[in-house]
Amino acid sequence: MWTWFNKLASPPHFYRLAGTLAPWFGWIAGALIIAGLYGGLVLAPADYQQGDAFRIIYVHAPSAWMSLFIYVVMALSAAIGFIWRMKLAHAVAAASAPIGASFTLATLVTGALWGQPMWGTWWAWDPRLTSELILLFLYIGYMALRASMDDLQRADRASAVLAIVGLVNVPIIHYSVVWWNSLHQVSSVTRLGKPTISTSMLVPLLVMFLAFTLYYVAVLLVRVRAEVLRRERNAGWVRELVHA
Amino acid sequence: MSEFLSMGGYGVFVWPSFVVTLALMLINVFAARSAVRRALLEARQRFARERSPGAGDPPWQREGAAQ
Repeated sequence: MWTWFNKLASPPHFYRLAGTLAPWFGWIAGALIIAGLYGGLVLAPADYQQGDAFRIIYVHAPSAWMSLFIYVVMALSAAIGFIWRMKLAHAVAAASAPIGASFTLATLVTGALWGQPMWGTWWAWDPRLTSELILLFLYIGYMALRASMDDLQRADRASAVLAIVGLVNVPIIHYSVVWWNSLHQVSSVTRLGKPTISTSMLVPLLVMFLAFTLYYVAVLLVRVRAEVLRRERNAGWVRELVHA
Repeated sequence: MSEFLSMGGYGVFVWPSFVVTLALMLINVFAARSAVRRALLEARQRFARERSPGAGDPPWQREGAAQ
């Protein structure tokens, strides 16, 4: 187990493995997205209250889930990198930020496009909406902090602190609809007991959740390759790689 | 078909939601791939410079170039 882990964490091995795995995750994610789009836009019936506007859920909810999930992955790997001085963990954190920021932006834009017809407003300073906006600023701050430092090791350590501190925002976003009187509806999927959504609506949504998660793994693997190359710039294997 | 596109009158909200999300995802794929290409190019240029200082730099930055 430990030797397997050491081998996985060895940069040249990880670089090769990520290159092999990324296209697989990518193509499976792509196929699932097409299936989820068909199920969500064509097969699922219109909602009895919201009509066809409810279909925005098929991109909004998975994006929102990814915006939180990626932040947790980013902060935890930054913490692992900070505590055990693991370069690969820092690489995973750095590679996650742009993907997470994109999903946060997608969440806010699709939320506005859903809010306008349903609540009559594109934006409100509501707990759920505001905490999600803060998440976008955390991602942007993390990336800006990294970009402002030439020394990669210093950038890794400083940005790790920011990522870990920002983690407090994640439960706030998640429970905002429960703790405060929010405009935003509560979750229909992750309820204790039965989800309050019919099967033909739920299945495409679960497919999209899975597709977006696999998509993240695919893009993450590609981005980590770039981060590993930057951190291993003096290593012999990189020298061999670029002259091969 | 036009009924499908109108989305019960909500088409102007539904379609942009899908387009924005999928476009952002597509952009991320290309950005990630170009990050790898850029990192490989930088490594190649660095090693080339080590072997023969100035090689790989644009002409105006090479040693001996007119300042």
